[in-house]
Amino acid sequence: MSSKLDLAGLTLAERILSVRAAKRVTKGELVVLDIDQVMVVDSIAADVIRIIEEDLDGVIRHPERVAVVVDHVAPAANVEVATTQKQLRDYARARALKLFDVGRGICHQVLIEEGLARPGWIVLGSDSHSTTYGAVCAFGTGMGATDIALAVASGRTWLKVPETVRVNLRGERPIGVAAKDIALEVVRRLTAEGASYASIEYHGTEAFSRSERMTLANLAVEAGAKVGLVPPSGGVLEEYDVPDWLTVDPEADYSKVLDIDLAGLQPVVSVPFFVDNVQPVKEHLGTPVDQVFIGTCTNGRLDDLHIAADILRGKRVADHTRLLIIPASSQVLEDAVSDGTFASLLAAGATFGTPGCGPCMGRHLGVLAPGEVCVSTSNRNFMGRMGSPEARVFLASPAVAAATALSGVLSLPEVVKNA
Amino acid sequence: MARVWKFGDAVNTDDILPGKYAPFMVGEDKFQRYAFAHLQPEFAANVQPGDILIGGRNWGLGSSREYAPRALKKLGVAAIVAKSFARIHYRNLVNLGIPAFLSDTVPELLTDGDKVTYDFISGRIWRGDEEYKLPPPPEFLQAALAEGSILDYYRKHGRFPGES
Repeated sequence: MSSKLDLAGLTLAERILSVRAAKRVTKGELVVLDIDQVMVVDSIAADVIRIIEEDLDGVIRHPERVAVVVDHVAPAANVEVATTQKQLRDYARARALKLFDVGRGICHQVLIEEGLARPGWIVLGSDSHSTTYGAVCAFGTGMGATDIALAVASGRTWLKVPETVRVNLRGERPIGVAAKDIALEVVRRLTAEGASYASIEYHGTEAFSRSERMTLANLAVEAGAKVGLVPPSGGVLEEYDVPDWLTVDPEADYSKVLDIDLAGLQPVVSVPFFVDNVQPVKEHLGTPVDQVFIGTCTNGRLDDLHIAADILRGKRVADHTRLLIIPASSQVLEDAVSDGTFASLLAAGATFGTPGCGPCMGRHLGVLAPGEVCVSTSNRNFMGRMGSPEARVFLASPAVAAATALSGVLSLPEVVKNA
Repeated sequence: MARVWKFGDAVNTDDILPGKYAPFMVGEDKFQRYAFAHLQPEFAANVQPGDILIGGRNWGLGSSREYAPRALKKLGVAAIVAKSFARIHYRNLVNLGIPAFLSDTVPELLTDGDKVTYDFISGRIWRGDEEYKLPPPPEFLQAALAEGSILDYYRKHGRFPGES
């Protein structure tokens, strides 16, 4: 697909929105646009259905563009949740929406696996981490129930064209420095509101796998961003049809440029209770840890489980520590079973949950008690996020999480210690 | 007279309504009782309809959960004045018709527990003899707010503001 528009000097976000608007638009302009995919999760389903049915005459403009995912408390933890999930399931079937039920996985992982987020698409999700779709250079962004209901009903949404923060990743990445560490460094440098209302473009990412790109784009929202776009390259170019207009213009107008020297990075943690409170792991070594959680849309993929298994294989989780692993999707779980990763982790003492969001927002499957400390590969460590407001959550990479599970205290993996 | 409830910077959506107390978890009739359950445990039981909230920078960061501001709406919160708002949360406030004002000065000048009166149409708050001006909402939202909310605008016109 080519475009006759003049896109010179436009950022990736401006290009996607201009092509869809069929006119050149730049930062600050308001646009109303057709969208390619809307994603609805269980936790807000009742609101979305109510608004569509009561306020919007039950209209669904493009049912084939709506994906419904049961993941936020899956399987249901109580009767209230079960009732909403039943309502959503029945509604999806009656209205011919794509339904991904309990156990299929976390919404963002499922949409990527199912090809429902593609380069150049506009994808709206009823979850803030919908920035994840930027991993394949889709304009993915999160919205609340009313916006999502309007999008489902009308097939459109209104957006302000964002300015763009360009992040340049330079230099060689040291062994043991994960995409998670890099993504958290971006959040630390920008702060939790440093990219508010903006698009983040991640450059220097040619060698990053799709999974690593998902980690980067996922955490864009923790700097306040509307979208986090990774320019198509490498495996993404091979796997997807990338429109020829979806390219980086070196002359594009960026509101801010952030250079990060990868060679200078080391494993980090987000120290409670703020995601942008990012500090070197080595400053917190030895902190006793009650629970380690490996999973979520940030870091629950096969490569994350491989990293954990490589650290834990043939060893045992520390006596006073629980290791909880929740694969991001049924596909990840199947792959981990068939390649032996699952067995290695199980033998090391890991416990497994149904693919889904798990305890990330403190609802079930690993909620924390007062005074407990958790090292988690997830994306938020706010007060009370995973249970008690007196529990503390450190966000970390899968490697740091696995090393911590082994020792029972916040630890660096051997590969880092020996480097 | 309305009470001012003052909060600091970076009040996130888990602060406003912890995930475990979503209507999805505890029921549509009960969830508002848990507004600020961790951050300000006495809030939900004591807030009165018409009270206003004051925040610092980046109010509402985090989750897209619209039920967080919806809990505040159910409790009768009349407006939120903050130095800046997180993007998704700001859309949610507009969609719910909760007046959200951006101001660097008002959050500094008002204190927790202040008794105030206000007129949000003209954008003014009074504490005793003192008057504080609030900036009007962004122009592009005024068309929607004139109809109540974006949803109301769409229902009436069959299109979004600014769309031909």
